[in-house]
Amino acid sequence: MNENLKNKNKRVNSGIHFMLGNYAVVEGALAAGCDYFAGYPITPANEISELISKRLPEVGGIFVQGEDELFSIYSIISASLAGAKAMTATASAGFNYMQEGIEYASAVEAPCVIVDVQRCRGENFATQADVMQMRWGAAGDYESIVLAPSSAQELFDFTILAFNLAEEFRNPVIVMSETTIALMRERVEIPEKESIEIYKRIYTSLTPEQYLPFKAKNNSPPEFAPMGKGYHTLYTLNYHNEDGTIDWNDKGYEKLYQRITGKISENRDKICKTESYFLEDADSVIIAYGSEVRPALDVVEMARNDGKKIGLLKLITVWPVHENLIKDIARNVGRIFVVEMNMGKYAKEIERVCLPFCPVNYITKNKGIIHTKEEIYKAIKEDLS
Amino acid sequence: MKEKINPLRKYIRNGKLPHFFCPGCGCGQILSYFLRAVDELQLDFKKIVTIGGVGCTARIPIYLNTDSLHGVHGRTLAWATGIKTYQPDLKVVIFAGDGDLLSIGGNHFLHAARRNLDVTVILVNNFNFAMTGGQVAPTTLLDSITMTTPFGSKEKPFDISKLAICAGATYVARWNTTKPTQTIKSIKKALQHEGFSLVEILSQCPTNFGRYALKTGDTQKVLEWIEEKSITRKKADKLSEDELKNKFILGEFTNKKQPVFQGTSLFREGGNRNL
Repeated sequence: MNENLKNKNKRVNSGIHFMLGNYAVVEGALAAGCDYFAGYPITPANEISELISKRLPEVGGIFVQGEDELFSIYSIISASLAGAKAMTATASAGFNYMQEGIEYASAVEAPCVIVDVQRCRGENFATQADVMQMRWGAAGDYESIVLAPSSAQELFDFTILAFNLAEEFRNPVIVMSETTIALMRERVEIPEKESIEIYKRIYTSLTPEQYLPFKAKNNSPPEFAPMGKGYHTLYTLNYHNEDGTIDWNDKGYEKLYQRITGKISENRDKICKTESYFLEDADSVIIAYGSEVRPALDVVEMARNDGKKIGLLKLITVWPVHENLIKDIARNVGRIFVVEMNMGKYAKEIERVCLPFCPVNYITKNKGIIHTKEEIYKAIKEDLS
Repeated sequence: MKEKINPLRKYIRNGKLPHFFCPGCGCGQILSYFLRAVDELQLDFKKIVTIGGVGCTARIPIYLNTDSLHGVHGRTLAWATGIKTYQPDLKVVIFAGDGDLLSIGGNHFLHAARRNLDVTVILVNNFNFAMTGGQVAPTTLLDSITMTTPFGSKEKPFDISKLAICAGATYVARWNTTKPTQTIKSIKKALQHEGFSLVEILSQCPTNFGRYALKTGDTQKVLEWIEEKSITRKKADKLSEDELKNKFILGEFTNKKQPVFQGTSLFREGGNRNL
């Protein structure tokens, strides 16, 4: 258990901690107002369930250890539709099962947060191999919001951000964790409750007679109605009209999914967050996300010491892709390097955005260990020579 | 002259009738049995959440003027758990077919019953996957012909009521669609029961099960087949196991009070939500 817990019955455990990454997720969830959690045992995500099974009931929330990951995902969705701020956590193999629920949550616009601590097949070694599944795993048309923390501190910060985005856009939001950071202890600073920004979904002010559950402005989520108050909302996976009822209609279907995908893709510039290091004068840029940002930052320092003009774009939001920003960078530099811990997946996405402006080099590693700064720097120097 | 309106009409979603069930299907009857039970009990309809997965039966909630979840196969009890533990003042009712509840949803069924989740499950057992065109189900009797058992099924079926009791359900009853009085009485008891309640209703599917397994699309003949195989619990008690082969025992099997599920980890007696 979290030995640093000073205010054990409080939601916001303010102070400076030396904290496990998985615990930081729990503290972030509680600070964000999470009040329903369902999980199923899987390494390396277990510490999340373990800590939240104690912390959440203490503040009036519900913890359920379900029979499988399908239970986890569907029960957080239904709890969310009943008004909860709900979360589940799993690791790669368990995340497979959750794709089904992500399809439903996207269709009925249920806010929820899913933490996937990526691991290698059957083993708990480091990887970023689920990065495409986070975006494309479920059937049907939908958009994902995926955040990639690179430290225990960011596991805390981005879990709060994930809840806020889920509530704002009424969409599932995925926190893309990794073995590297989930099982690492680091300094985590938890601010005072008052300084944490919390966003809550918009509840309708209409009466049940006036209310249409899926009526919304273009590229926006609809307003939410509470359960059990006579709004009799039907939440169905099937095509639904603005009043929620099922009546197949080709034009309606097209319009519904334009809105459901558009509320994310057309708000990309608002949703996407990045951090830039030495981009102003860079002639080559590394793009990295998650824990790979750590060695990549060291590489920038090494390169600058050697007089090489290399910069770094750190992606906080992996999905949707920050296309406008990345295109701008591609227009102004000679080379982009994508560093990732898999066979080369997100690099293809960057290539899609950057070509024909700038060539994209893949620096990938898929053997359960994060890149060293020397490996990355060596690959860059070879490519540039 | 004033138009006569069915007193149960007020529970139906505006403009959503007629329903899509085949002529002769039992789902319409069961929808009516449920509404009569609700009406007789004078339940607050606003506080009822109905859930359907995928299948013919699963469509019942789309006609009801309630908050409803629908459209994913087999996950009804996972949905019910999220809602019931988070908002214990709501009454959650699931309408499920045998395929939805016991084939794809079998694991959730066992665990929700084990936990004694406070939910009412109305199971419509029509012995086959009907909406997809009449394939073999976990309830199809041995040697029955279906669309995927052209030479007769070689699988032993589940006795769902028995299974529910073994798993920990605290109210279990089974009837068939020819017995409205008993069925409605059991639905009323299930709705008033605190804990996992299952009302299994054997129902006719003339379109698929009738035509393939019984070689008749005649509703009456399918009903007669069900009724011939049905036997009350009282009579069944006097028969040997051999004589009960391929019989459906009707009646109330269990009704007991046990603590209901409020979450895996409870900080407060009476539930974490009751602050």
